[in-house]
Amino acid sequence: MTSTVGDRRRRARRANRPPVIAVLMAGIAVAFFALPFFGLLWRVPWSEAWSLLTEPESLEALRLSVYCSLWATALAVVFGTPLAWVLARYGFPGRRIVRALCLLSLVLPPVVGGVALFAAFGRRGLLGDPLFDWFGVRLPFSTAGVVLAQTFVGMPFFVLTVEAALRGLDRRTEDAARTLGASPWYAFRRVTLPAIKPALFAGAVLAWARAFGEFGATITFAGNFPGRTRTLPLAVYLALESDPGQALVLSVFMIAISFAVIVGLRDRWLGGSGDGDPT
Amino acid sequence: MSLHARVIVGLPDFRLDVVVDMEDGETVAVLGPNGAGKSTLAKVIAGLRPLDEGLIRIDGVVFDNPDTGVFVAPEQRNIGVVFQDHRLFPHLDALDNVAFGLRARGMSRTEARRVALAWLDRLHLGDHAGQRPGTLSGGQAQRVALARALAGEPRLLLMDEPLAALDATTRAEVRRDLRTHLGETTSSALLITHDPVDAYSLADRVIVIEDGLVTQSGGLSDVTTHPQSRYVADLVGTNLVPGTIDAGVLRTGDGVAIAVPADAPDGPAFASIRPGSVALHRTEPEGSARNVWLVEVVELDVRADRIRVRLDGPIGLVAELTPSGHQALALRSGDRVWASVKASEVGISEDFSR
Repeated sequence: MTSTVGDRRRRARRANRPPVIAVLMAGIAVAFFALPFFGLLWRVPWSEAWSLLTEPESLEALRLSVYCSLWATALAVVFGTPLAWVLARYGFPGRRIVRALCLLSLVLPPVVGGVALFAAFGRRGLLGDPLFDWFGVRLPFSTAGVVLAQTFVGMPFFVLTVEAALRGLDRRTEDAARTLGASPWYAFRRVTLPAIKPALFAGAVLAWARAFGEFGATITFAGNFPGRTRTLPLAVYLALESDPGQALVLSVFMIAISFAVIVGLRDRWLGGSGDGDPT
Repeated sequence: MSLHARVIVGLPDFRLDVVVDMEDGETVAVLGPNGAGKSTLAKVIAGLRPLDEGLIRIDGVVFDNPDTGVFVAPEQRNIGVVFQDHRLFPHLDALDNVAFGLRARGMSRTEARRVALAWLDRLHLGDHAGQRPGTLSGGQAQRVALARALAGEPRLLLMDEPLAALDATTRAEVRRDLRTHLGETTSSALLITHDPVDAYSLADRVIVIEDGLVTQSGGLSDVTTHPQSRYVADLVGTNLVPGTIDAGVLRTGDGVAIAVPADAPDGPAFASIRPGSVALHRTEPEGSARNVWLVEVVELDVRADRIRVRLDGPIGLVAELTPSGHQALALRSGDRVWASVKASEVGISEDFSR
């Protein structure tokens, strides 16, 4: 008996099919991620959604969230780039310890991070009094405190991403720049930075996403004051007590923003081209 | 430019300890097998790696001296470097790659681009000015890299295996561009290569490095006749005869015909004849060898394991004999003998440089 082309195609497809058990488990995993989201969508009081979203408190929380998370991202980029550079390029005693310290907040419960920030910058903290005496700054329970907490949890994502990119970079191109008369700083700006641009964007987006969703460290260190420290996640938490409908609407709204940013920016910069020339 | 470099660098597996001297306007080839320390030498002269011991002096100015702590940064040396892998900047087009060094040294963008375009035109790459390196062929990219190194008018052009990554045809084309440039200018160039053809077609003088040490230096014909090591004898000591191939026969400028493998493509080429494949006979040989010449023994270089014989005839040749072969022939200077070479043993390097 001879097999038809269709037969062969079907068999090829069957040969290429993943094992049933893997598909089953993967399906459960996807459902695990998707179900809560659909649950939210299902529970949202859609008729009042718009009015709940445009309430002054909601808009204020949104404004504060955007403001603080962008500041936190900026700080992460400004300080995280040199940090990643030093970690990637220079061997020094205790580098592993320094790196672990800088990335600790990735695995730290955010509440613990908040407590730790208190111990450093709080009124009775290590730097609390000097900061107030010299600059008149009180960080806890201030908008600046929110930015600080968000930077604390967001920056490691940026540093990790950029450090990996710097490690993977071919330093010989920088050498070539040096022989052409470029100072180390000029070579960094004109050769290294363009080469790691995708990682800079991806890292910044990850740091932003983490900062935007920050809750534990913020509420511990900065409190929950409307217009000053009440970001969207804190508003959701508060609304859960008073108005579950609003909590649901704000949650869906946050998910929508984060999802759009991750899909739109991160995948474009990490998955696409734009990396260095391989040869 | 004159260069004096006494280079000592300790590497994990061996030690580089060489002296390189260059006069103004010279092109010197540093020739050696892979792993001989050639690239380390290039790095040290370019300033991409400091000396462990020694001294680098260019035009009387010390660039690197560990004893006194003097070290001139690479960007201050004005040495143009062409690397084996072109190392163009992937995010810049060809024009801005060439303009990079001029911009880094403070030239305005407009002026730098004007100068860069002139260099691209000189290398016949003006049409590719707007292309990124990823869209250029290997040969084009390497010529852009050459233009980039030359645009800053370096005091020394340092080329680290500039042709090694290219295919045979492209290699010959880029070699032609290099030769044109080196012939047009009086600038000095240091060529680092493992390929004797590069040295033969580009350099005035050759320094052979093996295992981190200079094993031989001097003019090419001298090195070919008196190889001081097995490596030189095998690789550098090869007879290279330039000519033009037509239907399996290479004709030299003097009209001598050399039968080459039948599948050799027509056009300008080097015939390379290993000294070991030159057979010498007291009487005119009969047999399959199609290249037979009556030659005169000019010089004998007798070593324990091999005997090099410099021959003068229609073409200059170097033959290598085994001790037993030497005994049988009992050659002396001034003897007239027959030299034969099988066509199948003639190697061909295409040469587009003429």
